[in-house]
Amino acid sequence: MQWETVIGLEIHTQLATKSKIFSGAPTAYGAEPNTQACAVDLGLPGVLPVLNKEVVRMAAKFGLAIGARVAPISIFARKNYFYPDLPKGYQISQYELPIVETGKLEIELEDGTTKIIGVTRAHLEEDAGKSLHEDFHGMTGIDLNRAGTPLLEIVSEPDMRSAKEAVAYMKKMHSLVTYLGISDGNMQEGSFRCDANVSVRPVGQAEFGTRTELKNINSFRFVEKAINFEVERQIDVLEGGGKITQETRLYDADKDETRSMRSKEEAMDYRYFPDPDLLPVEVSENLLNEVKASLPELPDAKRNRFVEEYKLSREDANQLTADRETADYFETTAKACADAKLAANWVNVSLAGALNKEGKDISESPVSADMLAGMLKRITDNTISGKIAKEVFEAMWNGEGDADAIIDKKGLKQITDTGAIEAVLDEIIAANPAQVEQLKGGKDKLMGFFVGQVMKQTGGKANPGQVNQLLKKKLGL
Amino acid sequence: MHHKTIAELSKGLQAKEFSSEELTQAYLARIKQLDPQLNSYITVVEEQALAQAREADALIASGKAVPMTGIPLAQKDIFCTNGVRTSCGSKMLDNFIAPYDATVIERFNQAGSVMLGKTNMDEFAMGSSNETSFYGPVKNPWDTKTVPGGSSGGSAACVAGRLAAGATGTDTGGSIRQPAALCGITGIKPTYGRVSRYGMIAFASSLDQAGTMTQTAEDSAMMLNVMAGFDERDSTCLDMAVPDYTVNLNDDIKGLKIGLPKEYFAEGLDAEVSKTVEAAIEEYKKLGAEVVDISLPNSSLSVPAYYVVAPAECSSNLSRFDGVRFGYRCEDPQDLEDLYKRSRGEGFGSEVKRRIMVGTYALSAGYYDAYYLKAQKIRRLISDDFKQAFEKVDVIMAPTTPTVAFNIGEKVDDPITMYLSDINTIAVNLAGLPGMSVPAGFSQNLPVGLQIIGNYFEESRLLNVAHKYQQVTDWHNKMPESFK
Repeated sequence: MQWETVIGLEIHTQLATKSKIFSGAPTAYGAEPNTQACAVDLGLPGVLPVLNKEVVRMAAKFGLAIGARVAPISIFARKNYFYPDLPKGYQISQYELPIVETGKLEIELEDGTTKIIGVTRAHLEEDAGKSLHEDFHGMTGIDLNRAGTPLLEIVSEPDMRSAKEAVAYMKKMHSLVTYLGISDGNMQEGSFRCDANVSVRPVGQAEFGTRTELKNINSFRFVEKAINFEVERQIDVLEGGGKITQETRLYDADKDETRSMRSKEEAMDYRYFPDPDLLPVEVSENLLNEVKASLPELPDAKRNRFVEEYKLSREDANQLTADRETADYFETTAKACADAKLAANWVNVSLAGALNKEGKDISESPVSADMLAGMLKRITDNTISGKIAKEVFEAMWNGEGDADAIIDKKGLKQITDTGAIEAVLDEIIAANPAQVEQLKGGKDKLMGFFVGQVMKQTGGKANPGQVNQLLKKKLGL
Repeated sequence: MHHKTIAELSKGLQAKEFSSEELTQAYLARIKQLDPQLNSYITVVEEQALAQAREADALIASGKAVPMTGIPLAQKDIFCTNGVRTSCGSKMLDNFIAPYDATVIERFNQAGSVMLGKTNMDEFAMGSSNETSFYGPVKNPWDTKTVPGGSSGGSAACVAGRLAAGATGTDTGGSIRQPAALCGITGIKPTYGRVSRYGMIAFASSLDQAGTMTQTAEDSAMMLNVMAGFDERDSTCLDMAVPDYTVNLNDDIKGLKIGLPKEYFAEGLDAEVSKTVEAAIEEYKKLGAEVVDISLPNSSLSVPAYYVVAPAECSSNLSRFDGVRFGYRCEDPQDLEDLYKRSRGEGFGSEVKRRIMVGTYALSAGYYDAYYLKAQKIRRLISDDFKQAFEKVDVIMAPTTPTVAFNIGEKVDDPITMYLSDINTIAVNLAGLPGMSVPAGFSQNLPVGLQIIGNYFEESRLLNVAHKYQQVTDWHNKMPESFK
């Protein structure tokens, strides 16, 4: 039987505010346990939440960016359950009236086709703390630094039909929230993570199959692997005559498998009700207009502009606009060196490769956009060849200075003096009479041999085009 | 000195007839001598009180005093007090030393008032007789066999017994007005949002409101001047100007329109209580007020609606008491579930547990619409009743309670009967209106309270109406025999 996969994602993105959603405590990551939790975060008796206005702006920004309805009135509700890292015994979230409703996001697949994925809603909520199970001699430690960190939970429609589509959606959403500046998108630190609702159905069947919810997916790679594993598991179960149980499953990245956490019967009754400590959240027309005016250029618009303005391929433009920092880096480089295609190639290939190898973010690149542009200018003015440029780039990466200094210090300047190249050529012609004859006899492939010899003797500093020309002239070809 | 009202004490302090230290010492001595009969205090902070008194004396000497400077007060043990145990009347918080001050406490500290100690109360403010306290019942100074009312029973008893010049209370369904009535003192529950709830341990967040418990309306006005006002730490606290509540106390009330809701003078009302309240209303007529018969048709729904909304909110508010971070933790927990179950099972008393269970049930999937949502709709109906009434009248008057103080132990095994002792006060909380109770006489030698209900933010008018009555009567000056 042919099966169709149906996927919906719930993405939790941490909003990049300075202070928490309901208290003045800082949100910075990595502090000593419990040093960034104030009385409100600890849920001490008598404390009350006060909404951080910035999160409302950020949610509104997001809503506008996905063409959604930003609710003029939304309500915070309490989600009640007991857990040691949930200090109040309830999480303040939004339930019946979320701040963002019905938006959409366009994704692009590897084959270049595009697809619209519906966004059901996005709501504001506070994060819980962390339970630490190691190093406490069989006991559990609680770190409440993260408690009260603002989250935007973005819930998609079940519109995705493959793990690849889910990855494309997650990447696009990641790109969007970082563009908007509402999240740092740091996945290692948990600022951007997702749960996936997965089901399968026979191709052609209209109703959805029974779904499972996969929890705890914190990378693009894992979302693909987890979904693929789960889809196969479900198909196996169904083809073996079994039934899918509606349940929550945990993805274990180490074992690359999903396993059952709790079934629907065991699902908690969260006893949601409007939080009486907080007023309804109002988003005025004024605020919306203000936020609208502050929206940055979004990924799709930027990609289209790059294709048009810099004459880049759609593929290159897509890669460059995947995140705002890369796009900005590219634009700075392209403007400074005046050769956008060359800049695009270097950013997408050499820079991306070097960053990837060292697991660095573009903001941490040792080679700045200006430095790269400085080197690219030396390619376009023929001071160095593309090949030498690789050596210059590596030296810049290793902190040996800017391109001009490196070219100078290492004597990498291309030899453009015809006399000098001719002298080298004469020597090589004299030393290889047999090859000269063959070349003259029409074995064109040997051009490469001669050019290579010259390059070898000059340490790669001769201009290959120029060598070619001179050789042809000398041998009367 | 303990005969004096806050207003009189304030004048004496400013005139340096006595010092705050002497005054504080006098109250501390009375507490030591007389409180064993009442059990109105859970914690007395003698040294801290004397230190505060000396600071107050310095303020007075330097001319920087305000009217409440140096006045010895008792604070309900529901308000967090930095460095002082804040038990909320529960075993759960018997070991809890609050690390911060509630806004109300902070404001009294800024005014230079003295805190004598923390008063006894029903556990987590859930009760109408002060019998649910982990620290034992409080006794009514008018007859120590009877209850003082609740939940602010300790505050009411200590003011009635003159063991503090005034006290704070909180009122979720009548917890200021009912004990004020049963103990023969004056109490006001302001409009919801008038006084910050920050640092006041939550029972039912949408109903809880802090207020005052004093001998006179003038004293309540003086205390409210300190307590009321916007606080950015409480999102439900209103950002609007606070009048000086003492300014309009003496305004003429000629032509005042008093509404008498027939539902509050119906079945279940003790005949003598009814007569006493009617006599008080006669006094108002003499002062030139007009009486209008009105109806609040949805009154009978207030108790059932309240006992859905309040437990629902309480079930969530009390989830934080889980034995993990503060408060009571059971001995030797075996695992997480055991820690939760035993810490909460052993830390909470039976009335609190009853309400947590009722509230949990009311919020459960499948029941939410039938209970919580319905109760919220009833709340709207009750508010609308008052809204319509206030189109016709300036204030509403009724008995604060249907009977005088009942005996300790009389109703503990019958929660429904106990709940009905708040039948006349609950609707005011559901609507968020300000309400007062004023001593209006006696029945069977026990005090009777006259309830005065006003429109939103009309605390000034309520205090004025109460004050004018206290100018022509002396019920508020009566003192229980053994506490004179």
